[in-house]
Amino acid sequence: MASSIRVRATANGGTTEVQALIQHPMDTGLVKDAQGQLIPAHFIQQLSFEHGGKTVFLADWGPAVAKDPYLKFSFKGAAKGDELKIGWTDNKGASDSTTARIG
Amino acid sequence: MSASTRLSMRTLLAVTLLTAGALPTRADSEADFKAAFVAAEKAEKEAGALRNQWTTTEAALAAAKKAASAGDFDAAVASAKEAEALARASMFQATSEKERWKDLEIR
Amino acid sequence: MMRAAGLLALLALLTAAPSTQAADAADPAAEAKAFREFFVKKFPQVKLDDFVNGPYSMNEDMRRQWEEKEEFPPYQFALDAGKEMFSQPFKNGKTYADCFDNRGIGVRQTYPMFDATAGKVVTLELALNNCREANGEAPLSYVKDEMASLTAYMAFTSRGKAMDIKLPDDPRARAAFETGKQYFYTRRGQLNFSCASCHVQSPGERIRAEVLAPALGILNAMPIYRSEWSGMGTTSRRFTTCNSQIRGVPLEPQAEEYRDLEYYLSYVSNGLPVSGPGARP
Repeated sequence: MASSIRVRATANGGTTEVQALIQHPMDTGLVKDAQGQLIPAHFIQQLSFEHGGKTVFLADWGPAVAKDPYLKFSFKGAAKGDELKIGWTDNKGASDSTTARIG
Repeated sequence: MSASTRLSMRTLLAVTLLTAGALPTRADSEADFKAAFVAAEKAEKEAGALRNQWTTTEAALAAAKKAASAGDFDAAVASAKEAEALARASMFQATSEKERWKDLEIR
Repeated sequence: MMRAAGLLALLALLTAAPSTQAADAADPAAEAKAFREFFVKKFPQVKLDDFVNGPYSMNEDMRRQWEEKEEFPPYQFALDAGKEMFSQPFKNGKTYADCFDNRGIGVRQTYPMFDATAGKVVTLELALNNCREANGEAPLSYVKDEMASLTAYMAFTSRGKAMDIKLPDDPRARAAFETGKQYFYTRRGQLNFSCASCHVQSPGERIRAEVLAPALGILNAMPIYRSEWSGMGTTSRRFTTCNSQIRGVPLEPQAEEYRDLEYYLSYVSNGLPVSGPGARP
């Protein structure tokens, strides 16, 4: 199974631009399935990006975030070739993480 | 509105009400429903043969069935008649479009 | 204008009464040219190859958002899954690649194709399921994710290739083209819309919050990730949902009319590049 996280990080001058796409159902808990049963809430609660042991981006997410969320941000202080560690945990206790190299 | 028009409208209304009251609307309403439903289903099937059914016809048919199973035959008859009218309209559409589709053709 | 058309129709009826085909016997290649020229004339500011980008060719604001989105497209997961599925062997050891020319790579632009043996139009989706069934696998749903993932991968390997639909000199192929054309222009559903009502008369206009795509090259972007669906959709899914949106009961996916429609629309878009998989709002 491939990772649920796709990341692209590019350093341009002093700024690193990060884009990520995460595969997750992000169920709100308000939607019913074909049988009329409520689909239980299932969403990412925390998402973090770490660079050099320091958290550069931390998101507390809830059920209002769309399925397969996409996110983009930039931060200062990284150089080409550095590692960026990305991880999420959801409300069911599942988690995934990956490491990307800044290009 | 003049007094005479108002008067004649009231008379007309009274006559309409009388006529409506005289008809046996509630007599054997289940049989009425069955007849109306069969007619509607038949028309929808014909529309299906023309490959042109409408979702609203299907919805009216479902509503008729639901009302009938709840014992509300007046509503069931009304929905079945609506379904038949919609099915007939879709058949008319399919038939007239056999030639009319060329109106917009890019040549 | 109307009177002249009426007179012409009358004349056609009088002169060509026994053969209804005779009145329609224009050359499909000429029809495709007229189709393309209609859009080029209607939208002189749009480059020919850009029509395949649908609403983005019509609306500058949407285009900017889309260009940004394409840096990290929402169909990425489907594409990865499709690539994996495509290379995974069936139980008998064969793969999808064994069913296609050039092992299925860069062939999207040749579909749908007319199958002279079966005497019918075979779409890419149908070909994929035929391949599965020939190898003892159960067919996939035409509207769900797996089928869209496979076609996404096959489209991706064909990106930029010009649509190249062949119309062989075969009356059955010709009849399929005509059926597809008639389906395209026929009004249906309680709202009384044809495909052309939106995609010929009103590309670039809004229907509710959406910007309508031009019919020229509209299938070149298939399959698509639609934000409204929160997922991927095949050509089958697009056709059936178009029908239900105008309050018509959709036909079965891959019904003959739908395949013929795909054949017609792809043929008149010949020469325009494959841009699928696409992303749409």
